[in-house]
Amino acid sequence: MSNVSILLAWRNLWRHKRRTWLTVGAMIFSNSLLVFSISLQFGSYEMMIDNTLQAFSGHIQLQHEQYLDDPKMRHNLPEIIATAQRLRDELKLENVGARAVGFALASSSDRSYGIQVLGVEPLFEGRVSSIPGLVHEGRYLEKDSYDEIVIGSTLARNLKIATGDELTFLGSGLDNSFAAGVVRVVGTFESGMPDLDRNLAQVSLNYFNDSFAMRGKGHSIAVRAGNIEAVAGLKASIEALLKNQSDLAVRHWEELQPGLKQAIQADMTSAWFMYLVLIILVAFSVLNTQLMSVLERTREFGTMMALGLKPSNLSRLVIAETFLMSSLGLLLGIAVGFVITWYLSVVGFYYPGMEEMAVKFNLPDRMYPEINPVSLLLGPCMVAFASLLASIYPATRLYRLLPVEAMRAV
Amino acid sequence: MKGIGIFNLRFQVILVLSWRNLWRNHRRTIIMLAAISVGVWAMIFMTALMRGMVDDMLKQGIQNLPGHIQIHHPDFRDDPSIVNSIDEPSGNLLDALNDPATKAWSTRIKVPAVIASERETRGINLLGIEPGKETLLSGIGDQIIEGRFLRDSNDNGLIIGAKLAERLETRVGKRVVVISQDPDNNIAERGFKVVGIYKAKMPRLEEFNVYAALESLQDLLKIKPQISQISIVGEDFRDIALLYHRLKLATPENLEIKTWYELDAYLKYMLNMMDGFVLVWVIIIFLALSFGLVNTLAMAVFERVHEIGLIQALGMRPGMIVYQILLESLLLLLMGLSIGNLLAFITVKPLESGMDISIVAEGMAMMGASSMLYPSLTAADMILANMVVIILGILTSILPAWRAAQLDPVRALHST
Repeated sequence: MSNVSILLAWRNLWRHKRRTWLTVGAMIFSNSLLVFSISLQFGSYEMMIDNTLQAFSGHIQLQHEQYLDDPKMRHNLPEIIATAQRLRDELKLENVGARAVGFALASSSDRSYGIQVLGVEPLFEGRVSSIPGLVHEGRYLEKDSYDEIVIGSTLARNLKIATGDELTFLGSGLDNSFAAGVVRVVGTFESGMPDLDRNLAQVSLNYFNDSFAMRGKGHSIAVRAGNIEAVAGLKASIEALLKNQSDLAVRHWEELQPGLKQAIQADMTSAWFMYLVLIILVAFSVLNTQLMSVLERTREFGTMMALGLKPSNLSRLVIAETFLMSSLGLLLGIAVGFVITWYLSVVGFYYPGMEEMAVKFNLPDRMYPEINPVSLLLGPCMVAFASLLASIYPATRLYRLLPVEAMRAV
Repeated sequence: MKGIGIFNLRFQVILVLSWRNLWRNHRRTIIMLAAISVGVWAMIFMTALMRGMVDDMLKQGIQNLPGHIQIHHPDFRDDPSIVNSIDEPSGNLLDALNDPATKAWSTRIKVPAVIASERETRGINLLGIEPGKETLLSGIGDQIIEGRFLRDSNDNGLIIGAKLAERLETRVGKRVVVISQDPDNNIAERGFKVVGIYKAKMPRLEEFNVYAALESLQDLLKIKPQISQISIVGEDFRDIALLYHRLKLATPENLEIKTWYELDAYLKYMLNMMDGFVLVWVIIIFLALSFGLVNTLAMAVFERVHEIGLIQALGMRPGMIVYQILLESLLLLLMGLSIGNLLAFITVKPLESGMDISIVAEGMAMMGASSMLYPSLTAADMILANMVVIILGILTSILPAWRAAQLDPVRALHST
């Protein structure tokens, strides 16, 4: 397209200033809304994933292949501590922690509750889970902790015990023997997740091993990747390293927390429906404007054709006009969207009643939209694309124009 | 009478004028009509889906509590232990509960316990229920997939969830041991025969809730005739204020009475958020439409500058011009709304029997909804969408209409 046509297209746009600005305004409105909501989606999904996985499950877990569907004590992995150490040594991973899981009846002097007891490596658990960092009273387990336990704050309240008190537990070990013991509560944690705070207790893996007769076996090794994109690669290299071990499965977080992925999918689907509607409405606006602008120029186009321009030249002119208009909408929309979103990504986005939602989905009580090239460009580019599509109909009308009749049109 | 006649005549003339003006440029009108129809359809369709989902969450949530209103010991919510039991209702409270305004009510025991099969041990929520009445509250009696439901309050059987049965590797007919504690902190332990297995819409519940008959638990826990809570259901969960006040008056001072939205803040939040969402969504769509609407009207005025000048010169008052253009806008909006509402109606109706969204079942469970979505077209939501479009639509049309009326007849006549 030559410079002259671009200039012509640009000038044509401003023959009806108000109309052009209204159409561009519709684009700016939709574009900035899209930038904001896509960024907010990115931000909240990432937070949801991070917070959920950080708390407990990690990005990857090594388990017995049946453990995921059927989490029973007998579905375990041998030599769990050695395997975890192997990952640290051979793959140079830092964030690896071995665990074993059992159920027990925990009793204080006046209450009893059924709890989940987790055996952990005290030195490494903090690298795969945020719970050690969330101890708000007392301290977490230490390297040589033996008959010590850390419990959730709600559990402590329900059992009516505090740090320093003793707690007895009674469960069954791997060989179906009684697993019983008396442990001292050294700390309580508050994860903000009701299920964990009410239900979970942690002891050192050594102690768990002895009291639940595990003989070195454990149920999972949790691994945390540097970021969410690195998970797939990490999973592959762990699988390669341990391919000789039978019964072992390496689980991606999407398998460990299927609800999380699906909640995100459901949210995405409804969000995209809404975006699509917005985009279609903008396209109608453009269609209307461009069709009107073509119809009112019938005479002028007739003259141009009489002077030797082909319909294809004219339709290119109309497309060029639309292109310029949508570029303007694109740039201004991104600019406005960026400013609003950036501001909210600094101060945080809040709406009333969000705390309840936050607890349910492991979100902080303010959301921070995440601005990246995709969140900035995706929506506006789709709007621009839909606008160009919408101008096809007005552009094709030019092929039906007969120069002589057109010149006589009013 | 004469005045009204003239007014009518004038109105008719303007109405005809507006209608004909609308179709002078039929392409533009049709495109705008399509935009309004799609917009209105999307407003109502999306709202119906979301409303359906939230209604489902609320129903599930209320069934889990269960009840629209609960009465319990003031410390029970903080410390759901056997120590915080209450006496069975009597006197005024019993009369109020038996009043026809209460649709159903039931007493229950709810204590933490441990359940053990030969193979596995789990922590559970042990519920002592009055079988017949409980089904009206939590629907448990209708969820039995294997074996039978509890017969009466003395039944010695136990009902467990399908998921828990799997975890415990047990089945109907087998025995399990239930361990809890009595108010004196002694271990209360008893073997129960599993008589039925239920399947809940929320798989998570299946692992935790275990049902036994009320009196057999009272015996086990040595608390006869005490209970943990009274659950009450009214006609409609949205409208329980009256019932609440009546029951509150009859409830003894030393007991706590709470509504469902006080018991579960998340549910209340979902309901509020839904109302907020509907409004925001409708307004966003309207705003996206408004640019096109103003544009269409502005173009219509622009094309007719000459003509408007002429009729003004012939004596039509500016007010009439404003009327005429507003009426044009109103006709356009009304047509768009009718088509949009009709579209929404015919797309939502066939879906009302339920959309299978089990592909994201676990995600929905995380939000507290089940894997079937039943879109719900409510009058209130439809009225809201239509009112917003009409009122804001007319308001945005005022500017182009007013500009048209401000034209100077002499200049307008000379424009081409």
